[in-house]
Amino acid sequence: MNANGKAIKYGDNVDTDVIIPARYLNTTDKKELASHCMEDIDATFVKIVKPGDIIVAGKNFGCGSSREHAPIAIKESGISLIIAKNFARIFYRNSINIGLPIVECASAAEEIEAGDEIEMDFDSGIIRNKTKGKEYQVEPFPAFIQSIIKEGGLVGALKNNVFGGTNQ
Amino acid sequence: MKKMTMTQKILAQHANLPFVTEGQLILANVDMVLGNDITSPVAIGEFKKLSAGKVFDKQKVSLVMDHFTPNKDIKAAEQCKMCREFASDMEIVNFYDSGEVGVEHALLPEKGLVTAGDVVIGADSHTCTYGALGAFSTGVGSTDMACGMVSGKAWFKVPSAIKFVLKGALTGWASGKDVILHIIGKIGVDGALYKSMEFTGEGLHTLSISERLCMANMAIEAGAKNGIFEVDDITLEFLTYVGAKKPVVYQADPDAEYDEVIEIDLSEITPTVAFPHLPENTRTFDQIGDIKIDQVVIGSCTNGRLDDLIVAASILKGKRVAKNVRTIVIPATQKIYLEAMELGILKIFIEAGALVSTPTCGPCLGGHMGILAKGERAVATTNRNFVGRMGHPESEVYLASPAVAAASAITGKISQPKEVVAE
Repeated sequence: MNANGKAIKYGDNVDTDVIIPARYLNTTDKKELASHCMEDIDATFVKIVKPGDIIVAGKNFGCGSSREHAPIAIKESGISLIIAKNFARIFYRNSINIGLPIVECASAAEEIEAGDEIEMDFDSGIIRNKTKGKEYQVEPFPAFIQSIIKEGGLVGALKNNVFGGTNQ
Repeated sequence: MKKMTMTQKILAQHANLPFVTEGQLILANVDMVLGNDITSPVAIGEFKKLSAGKVFDKQKVSLVMDHFTPNKDIKAAEQCKMCREFASDMEIVNFYDSGEVGVEHALLPEKGLVTAGDVVIGADSHTCTYGALGAFSTGVGSTDMACGMVSGKAWFKVPSAIKFVLKGALTGWASGKDVILHIIGKIGVDGALYKSMEFTGEGLHTLSISERLCMANMAIEAGAKNGIFEVDDITLEFLTYVGAKKPVVYQADPDAEYDEVIEIDLSEITPTVAFPHLPENTRTFDQIGDIKIDQVVIGSCTNGRLDDLIVAASILKGKRVAKNVRTIVIPATQKIYLEAMELGILKIFIEAGALVSTPTCGPCLGGHMGILAKGERAVATTNRNFVGRMGHPESEVYLASPAVAAASAITGKISQPKEVVAE
């Protein structure tokens, strides 16, 4: 499994209110949510985003509200991966739970520039900046997280009984 | 034996493990699964995909229709209808709507639905509020809520903790809101990322339950997984008063390891305001100039409790709010509304020129009941001041205590209470 696309770059503390403003939370329609994704900080996002593109951001990405509508809007926009210095914890959980891959890598988050062609291999944990010819190694997702991503989210994984939940 | 923080002890017990340690992934039993009218519809959709048929325990799910209610538009009405039908089909006992409603994190403690030692997950980031009562409670998303409703379990990565040792007592108009704003200003919006914030120390016993609820409520604004207060007689008295189930009191091991220990002298806290657009942009009044405002909001899961309204009313009594400052007071629950009415507080607000709304989250998240236009500024007792949080992306929210909000309503600019009334 891998992700492959152009980088779209943001700064620190991108909160879920700007990812999907509350005025649009009166719906659960994924396409409608995606049509307003990032609207309050970047009105161009919905126009430029292409399937496979990768969001690269600074620290504490996804802070604030627990609204799952935020990662849903991002995933539905076609984003295949988010790389950030770190993530707010509820956003991290929600992204994994809906099958949106997200990884923490401070050096990649800093060095990747908007428009760079990025590829990540989830099995090896290698992020490749094809534009700059640079590689970064992150801890690969553990098997149970990979299984959640493969099944399109926690519900799919639970349904297909591939999510092992024991206290080992 | 391994040493544990208070949070780790609660998690270990709920995972049926003798001990847990930082970073460990566990599957824990939960005592309550909470959702609101925004997050529950997504969770119900996921719940249906799991074909579970019923919730794990109809007493241990709470659905509170508080965000876009009374239904602000047709789509909001459809979402509430979906929740109402689900609650009815599942025979969910704790379904709150309309005349029984309250802002969820004010409502659940008031109804005695959370007790010390509980593990609570809620599809709302401010679920961390119940840490004030000695529970482990944390915000999750809708998928976690759905899986929690099916299984009665949730997975967690065991957090490390920052210990806050409170000493002394608050003075003057300083409040729990000022303490938590001060802390967020000090450690930043990611200062406690993935961690617990554990509050202890002799100063803790000087704080009311309302103040503790306000402080735990905003732990998420420092990125924390949970905020939790050591249980004392004040906690136990409150839990008895609201008829909560028997508390289980956990204490951190005296020699538990913390990432950091921060001492907070409550007597040094003064009224504090968080400037746009992050809760960490805090200033005290020596750093605040002349900032004119268009709106004041007193309410929310952070500061919509009776004690908050009493403080605001004590400042507004016999005075008028400034012309063109829309002052919106929102008692957080129907019970608070009724008590405020009986105490004559609502009369004080109305005579001062404020308007009083039925309980709702409404303006806090830019939903309805007080949206800001382009360029407008609000002083709010709410919890977030992100870009566009209360309306137009070019509006501004300044976070403050009920006392500062009331004083600001009178002067029409960000003001501290002593500018309008003696201490």
